[in-house]
Amino acid sequence: MLKTLIYDGTWAGLLTTIFCSFEYKWQIATIQHRDEPVQSGLFVTTETILTDELKTKRVLLGLEKKIGLQGIKELYYVFLSECKHRELLILRSTHYYFKSNPKANLNYAHDDILKIKKTVRSVSRERHRMTAFVRFQKMKDGLYFANIEPDFNVLPLIANFFKDRFADQKWLIYDLKRKYGIYYDLQDITEVKFSHTLDRNTIHIHLDDDELHYSYLWKNYFDSVNIKERKNTKLHVQSLPKRYWKYLNEKNLF
Amino acid sequence: MSDRVFQKLHILADAAKYDVSCSSSGSNRSNKNKGLGNADQGGICHSYTEDGRCVSLLKILLTNHCIYDCAYCVSRKSNDIQRAAFTVQEVVDLTINFYRRNYIEGLFLSSGIFKNADYTMERLVSIAKKLRQEHKFNGYIHLKTIPGASEELVHQAGLYADRLSVNLEIPTEEGLKLLAPDKSRAEMILPMKYLKNEIVRFKEERQIIKSTPTFAPAGQSTQMIIGASGESDKHIIQTAQHFYTKFQLKRVYYSGYVPISHDKRLPEIGSQVPMVRENRLYQSDWLMRFYGFKAEEIVNDMYPLLDLDIDPKLSWALRNQQLFPIDINRADYNLIVRIPGIGVQSAKKIIMARRFGPLRIENLQKLGVAINRAKYFIICLGFQQLYADKSGANIKQYILAQSSSKYVKNNSEQLSLF
Repeated sequence: MLKTLIYDGTWAGLLTTIFCSFEYKWQIATIQHRDEPVQSGLFVTTETILTDELKTKRVLLGLEKKIGLQGIKELYYVFLSECKHRELLILRSTHYYFKSNPKANLNYAHDDILKIKKTVRSVSRERHRMTAFVRFQKMKDGLYFANIEPDFNVLPLIANFFKDRFADQKWLIYDLKRKYGIYYDLQDITEVKFSHTLDRNTIHIHLDDDELHYSYLWKNYFDSVNIKERKNTKLHVQSLPKRYWKYLNEKNLF
Repeated sequence: MSDRVFQKLHILADAAKYDVSCSSSGSNRSNKNKGLGNADQGGICHSYTEDGRCVSLLKILLTNHCIYDCAYCVSRKSNDIQRAAFTVQEVVDLTINFYRRNYIEGLFLSSGIFKNADYTMERLVSIAKKLRQEHKFNGYIHLKTIPGASEELVHQAGLYADRLSVNLEIPTEEGLKLLAPDKSRAEMILPMKYLKNEIVRFKEERQIIKSTPTFAPAGQSTQMIIGASGESDKHIIQTAQHFYTKFQLKRVYYSGYVPISHDKRLPEIGSQVPMVRENRLYQSDWLMRFYGFKAEEIVNDMYPLLDLDIDPKLSWALRNQQLFPIDINRADYNLIVRIPGIGVQSAKKIIMARRFGPLRIENLQKLGVAINRAKYFIICLGFQQLYADKSGANIKQYILAQSSSKYVKNNSEQLSLF
């Protein structure tokens, strides 16, 4: 009988789900986040999966032997992509990996693997862009604050980058789309949630006295290095897509 | 202070913008003892200007006062422009404050020559030193090496900077003599040679004594201006190869000349920036650095100029049809990467994927090969090379007819002028 599996939406939860599918040899129709409305069918039963650390570990160990840490990282990126049916794609490919020889994740002629590689590429690109396009604003209390709205859930992928780089300043990066942020207090990174979003005006009141000065200087710098004779709008927009402009002070002064 | 800094930044960023290098890659400087910043091995572009170039570093001149009078340079002595100079502290403050807001990867500091080479170099070095020592700054620093500066100063620059560069500017020595009478190629090469040896020496020492400080970990680069002095592509590419091999440069940059002067020795104001040619030169540069091509294969006495219509790899393949077709399922990586339409990435994927079974043309398409070019040069499972008996000129026409070049618009604009 086909099954719909309900999991808690976490990476560990999904790995537990994968473990169960192997253990009980289930035929799986869909894997759903517990917050989504359940789609039931005539010949489908639902099963709720409880996230289990041990089962998670066993799947990870098994995968590491087959596809290495790099391969696991790819699956994690697919998970963070939030793309439709990503759970099934991850499930199908783990089945394929377990029954194949090691390093089957390099089979570029396989459709699922091509899809994974493509998704990984998009998520990596977004991760890279967020290391580039985050624009901190300094607050009166010394905190460096930035709002972002990335296409994928990349905060877990950029946390260490910012921790290593800005080790001597407190900072907070908030994902407005997913309504959570990461905060660094000079020691550790913690996940934070605001009860209400900080809009432009609220932020403005709390800005450090020098903040606007440097923001204007940056905009001034950005305009001064442009070579008019070489104007190339297509390339400009291709490299700096418009959806990011909202949070770039050189394109859109705060 | 703010208004003056604002003005200075405008003048000195504007004057620095013709230096095209903006790379922040190649250094792995890490954040030590909870200081500020680190370098990213691959570099990060934090923004892109409206001309499409990346903004990675705060690229400024310390001053645009200059004792030289190089015809191609906006800051030349005889040019009637506003002059300005930053103080050491101003540059440090800008760098730190931009960096902390994640605007930039670091600082690219160049300068006009005031008084003499040593006097200028000393100030550049003192800024880098202050950033590293007083502010525990580990971000990327690119400094200009001023030709004629003492070895001691150049040595210090290497200790604080990630990358150093001297711009050759004009690809030929005669051209340089004509346009920049105060400069000489020999004087430019001297610090490059010194740095090359020091970089090698430090690297060797580091292998024995771990605590040896880093010395210009991202190496040296240079820049040549294209289209200002009537040089041929053959000359440019061979010069680049010479500097890559003799001086182990990390990068050679090509900068299409932007007319900025009424000087009779130079292209007139208003004439077009040679952007297509510049692009083809960069493609050739990539062929030398990542595809195993020698300069002589790309341009030589018989073909001293690059074909502007098609990329240099396709151009080479059409001149060497006897080497094709190449069997995708058997050939070495070194050969596959030479097939037009296949880049480094797809060549690597092909090598990995074919271990799982022979590849068909559909597989190639899906993993990113540009079939419209590659199909004239390959065989694979179920596929024979197309039009093998046709001449290179014919195949070129087929490919051009099928592709929409990003330069087609530019070309038609050029034509309509006459």
